[in-house]
Amino acid sequence: MVSVLSRPKARAIAPVIATAGALALLLSGCGAGGGSSAQGSKDFGYLTNVENTTIRGELEALSKDQCKAENAAAPLKVETVPQTSLDQKLQLLAGQNALPAQFAAGNAPALTQDLDKSGNVLDFEKALKELNISDAILPGAAATIKSLYGGKLNVLPYQYNVEGIWFNKKIFADNGITEPKTWDDFVAAGEKLKAAGITPLAASGKQGWPLTRLVSGYLFSDLGPDALKKVADGQAKLTDPEYVKAAQAVADLGAKGYFGQGVGSIDYDTAASQFLSGKAGMFYMGSWILSNFNDKAQNKIGEENIGFMPFPKVSGGKGIDNQYATNVGLPMTFNAKKYDSHASAWLKCIATNYGSTALKDKNSISGFKLSTPVDSIPPLVKSTQETVNNTKESVLWFEALFSTKATTTSQTNAAGLASGSVTPQKFMELVQNDLNSK
Amino acid sequence: MNNVLGDKKAIVVLLGPALVVYTVAMLLPVFWSAGYTFLSGNAITGFTFAGFSNFEKLVTDPAVGEALWFTLRYAVVITIGQVLLGYMLSLLYVFALKRGSSLIRTLVFFPVVLPTVAVALLFQKMFEIAPQNGLVNSALNAVGLGSIDWLGDGSTAFLVIVIMDLWRSMGFYAVLLYTGLVDIPDDILESARLDGARGLHLLRHIVLPLSLPVLLSSIIFSINGTLKVFDSIVALTNGGPGSATTPLTLLMFRTSFTYGDYGYGSSIALLLTILCLVVTLFIFRSSRRDLTKD
Repeated sequence: MVSVLSRPKARAIAPVIATAGALALLLSGCGAGGGSSAQGSKDFGYLTNVENTTIRGELEALSKDQCKAENAAAPLKVETVPQTSLDQKLQLLAGQNALPAQFAAGNAPALTQDLDKSGNVLDFEKALKELNISDAILPGAAATIKSLYGGKLNVLPYQYNVEGIWFNKKIFADNGITEPKTWDDFVAAGEKLKAAGITPLAASGKQGWPLTRLVSGYLFSDLGPDALKKVADGQAKLTDPEYVKAAQAVADLGAKGYFGQGVGSIDYDTAASQFLSGKAGMFYMGSWILSNFNDKAQNKIGEENIGFMPFPKVSGGKGIDNQYATNVGLPMTFNAKKYDSHASAWLKCIATNYGSTALKDKNSISGFKLSTPVDSIPPLVKSTQETVNNTKESVLWFEALFSTKATTTSQTNAAGLASGSVTPQKFMELVQNDLNSK
Repeated sequence: MNNVLGDKKAIVVLLGPALVVYTVAMLLPVFWSAGYTFLSGNAITGFTFAGFSNFEKLVTDPAVGEALWFTLRYAVVITIGQVLLGYMLSLLYVFALKRGSSLIRTLVFFPVVLPTVAVALLFQKMFEIAPQNGLVNSALNAVGLGSIDWLGDGSTAFLVIVIMDLWRSMGFYAVLLYTGLVDIPDDILESARLDGARGLHLLRHIVLPLSLPVLLSSIIFSINGTLKVFDSIVALTNGGPGSATTPLTLLMFRTSFTYGDYGYGSSIALLLTILCLVVTLFIFRSSRRDLTKD
């Protein structure tokens, strides 16, 4: 090295070489990432949230059975990310054009719409038509997706859920409670349960959305199915007295102690176990919870003791009878930029087989048509499926049409609404402010 | 050696690569981020020029006001707390425990090496109310008091954060200040004692002035660390309940990467940078003045 540096010409270029070396090091660091993503196009990459094991498990099962040929051509490669980090991950990957072939859509539909505008989301209506399987998605599920994603079929309905109130039939019978049809009956039922030392309604304040679902349930029942569409379109504000009334109704439940103590510290699993251990009489949740209900290790109250009812009607409200909230829980989508012959083969195989296998293996109700009839499903799953099929009018949930920011504000302040630290007026104001700043 | 360092080209060869890496990895993103403050949008939707609108929003946004107020409150309380507790502990090591302090020092230092997430989980469980009472609420019940939803209310959640972060960091400051205290020459202390200085008197007139430089370093170190707090709060409360414990760093992160507004996120980052700079300059200047007086 000394002899190299001692030569004048070499000395002059030494800094250049050193600089180039440093840059090469940096570039090789970046290059490694680029190389692996190019490699990834040979796989059928799938980015999903770590909490959801049902879809991942079913796709892995399909890859060994019905989709064996597709998997041989482009092997399924699963990558997971925590639900709370999903939006960040999607944005970063999209920014680098590195989204995999299939990925979990964002927590708020607004993000998926952004991804769609930048050409990252496949138009399933067109893709399924090209594959001659336009009927693979049930009309109800397709309608729900379109109402969420600005009229486009942007996601696949791996789960198609109906939401409502699950109740413990035995506890109801023991305390002389009949299925409450109206909000007043519902509050009265809660009073009886509380007097009997049972938490009336299990709810996770930590996640927040199980509480805001009650606000939207009340709104849809009181003001009609278009209550939140009007807010999204700017025709009404959450701070209008009739909207604040819904938040007040949920705050009143909290003030009466209907959620038990420390609702803000209760997470999803704890709330489910409160209901399934008989400590709570009612539980607002979507039908995805059926897999927990059918798990004997979790369900201590017996499947036969669980009933399902729609959200109670608010007296004099504009909502119709049997109005259920529906959603395509944890939606997944395909990357339009990586939609090649391998991905389309996978799409065809999934759309044709997922509905039947998921129902058979996991008792999970999807929005896909059943390619083969499934016998021997548990009675509660069967009755819920009938409810899904018979639902005349479906509504969305509180944050469905909100921006990501308003969604976060709503869900993080919901526990405060239930515990009394945030007033109903303030709660609605906070969310409305974020909607205004959109 | 002198020959090598005297040669300008050799300096360039030696410093050049480091400087290039520093420029690419540090300076470039800083200026890049500063450029974002004039834009709105994100990597997916693309960017549009926004002029000074991000700065206007910064001034009027109640969320920024709330986060700034929380950050300042947190920084002041934790800095005072950890430096004061650290100083008291270091005095304990030097003057009370003397040579036998190593075990206590190790025990008090222990939380420093624990992962933040583990400590946060520990405190979550300790202050839990649902599904069952944690240690603290059980203790309250044992003396006939009702359970408190510690993390369900902004003010009590702040208290838990303060307790946790002080427990976690006081051992570090104790060791830092201990090194300053053991540097005080024994003969000075001895002569002060001979002159009749005892207890607080000795502390006020001898120990404190002689340990002032390391104390000021600790304060600068602490306030800059606390203004940039992120991990412990994310792990313990995730900024909640609502946004009651959201510092500027978390707001910046959410704004950029969850709400997809890189420009406004960068503006919040700029505010935080200026805040750190002002506080550091302020303390640095006052410390220099003090030192020249001495």
